Order: sequence, then structure tokens, then C-alpha cells
Amino acid sequence: VLHATRPLHTTQQSLAPVPPLPEKGGEVRHGLIPEEFFQFLYPKTGVTGPYMLGTGLLLYLLSKEIYVINHETVAAICIMSVIIYGIKKFGADVAAFADKLNEEKVATAQAMKNEALQTLQTAIEEEKKEQWRVEGRSYLFDAKRNNIAMLLEANYRERLLMVYNEVKKRLDYQVAMQNLKRQKEQDHMIQWVEKSVVQSITPQQQKESIAKCILDLKVLSKSAHATV
Amino acid sequence: GPLAQRRLMDVRLGELHVWVCSQHFSPQRLLAAAHRAWSSYCARYIHVKQGGPAGISMLLAGYCLLSYGWNYQHLSKPSLALLF
Repeated sequence: VLHATRPLHTTQQSLAPVPPLPEKGGEVRHGLIPEEFFQFLYPKTGVTGPYMLGTGLLLYLLSKEIYVINHETVAAICIMSVIIYGIKKFGADVAAFADKLNEEKVATAQAMKNEALQTLQTAIEEEKKEQWRVEGRSYLFDAKRNNIAMLLEANYRERLLMVYNEVKKRLDYQVAMQNLKRQKEQDHMIQWVEKSVVQSITPQQQKESIAKCILDLKVLSKSAHATV
Repeated sequence: GPLAQRRLMDVRLGELHVWVCSQHFSPQRLLAAAHRAWSSYCARYIHVKQGGPAGISMLLAGYCLLSYGWNYQHLSKPSLALLF
């Protein structure tokens, strides 16, 4: 609850922004006498009225010695002439210089204001862009979901392959064992048969078989000679 | 409006002494009037974008006149240092 002893912001008037200064001041003739004086005397005395008044006043002051002429008068005349000459010659330049200084100050303030406005504008646009980006949330999450599904699938297939390989290795081992056993049995049996056969061949049988072989060879050679 | 409530600028020359008698002066009112006059002079001739020599020169001229008026007794006596 705000405790206020005076009403706040009840009228339109506010202290800021300050109204700008007027461009030109009141009109002054000859640098000393405001224009209002001439306008005040115009209806009764016309254009030359104030000048006649001034001349008459000056002569009265001089003649009645209300204004005494002494060394200070000469000094005043010299100083006034120098001042008036200086103002007439350099017045415009000094005024232009002062105006330029003022312009620079105003320009820097304006530039700061414009810069602030620009940054705020860009901030607004960025914010709008972010808000537009929010609409793309669904696509983002779909892509993520797809990624995760693919990862799961790949992992599942990898493990499946590993299981298959392991099982195959074990079965191959069993098959190889059986083959080995069969082969060993075969070899052993062959060897045993050969050994027994060789043992059973007596020397007599050996001689008979060699003689038979030689006879067969002779017959064969004969038939071969015949054909050739 | 009636004479007693008019401002100084709206009073005619003939009614001036009647107006002065009818005004009840107090320091606060005088001070406020002086402050108003000074701020209106400033707002008109000094706090403008393009003032000329008029603003200060009128103040200096007023100062010259005032100081001449204050030193008139001394200045009207003939002094030793003459013109030439």
C-alpha cells in the first residue's frame, strides 16, 4: 500500500520533457533599448518620437550638469567604442562557434538516444525470432526420438549377432570334436588292419606272390611287344 | 477590474499615486514581485537559443546608471585632476 500525502500524476502536466528554449529573445534596438519602448511611444509620437526624447534628455542632462564631463567621460567613450567595434566585427563568429558547441552536445545526446533505440529494436527482433524458433520444438523432439530408437535398434542387433556367434562357436566345437573322434577311430582301425595284414603275410606267400607277379609281367610284356 | 487589484503595468499614470496608496506592501509580496520581474527578464533575454549582446548590455547599462547615481555627490564636486 503506497502512502502518499499528495496525489500522484493526476494532471497532464509533467516535468519532463522540458519544453525547448525559444529561438530568439526579445527585440532590442541599438543593443540597449527594448523594442516595446518604441512601440509604446509610436501611437502618440510616431517613428521619431523616442529619438527626440533621447536627444532632448541628453541635452538636458548635459546642460544642467546632471551628467558632468570629466576624464572618466573620455575613458568611457574610448572603452565603449572599442567594445562596440569588437562586437560588430567578431560577434557573428563567436555566435557561430557557440552554436557549433551546442550542436555537438545535442548531436552526441541524440546519437546515444538513437543507439539505445537501435539496440532495443534489435533486441525486440531477436526475441521475436526466438519465439518463432519455439514452434520448431516438435521437429527437434522427433529427431531426438528417432536417434534414440536407432541407437536401441543397433544395440539390439549387435547383441543378437553376438549371441548367434557364441552359439555357433559352441556347436562348431562339438562338430569338430565328433569329426576328430571319427577320424581317429578310422585311422586307428586302418593302421590295425594294415599291421595285421602285413603280419599275416608269411615269407612263403611272399615268394609265391613275387613269382606270380614276374610271370604276369612277362605275359604283359609279350602282349605289349605284340601290339607295338 | 478594480484599481486595487490591478497589476502595476495596467495602471494609468494618473491613477498611480492612488494605486500606490491602495497597495498593502509586505516584504514577501515585494520579494515575490522582484523574483517574478527577474525571472521574466531572464526568460526573455538570457535563456534563449540565440541571444545577442542585449541581455548583458542592458544589465551593465543599468549598473552604470545606478553607480553614477550613487556617486553623483562626489562626481559633481570639482576635483584636482582636470581633463588635460
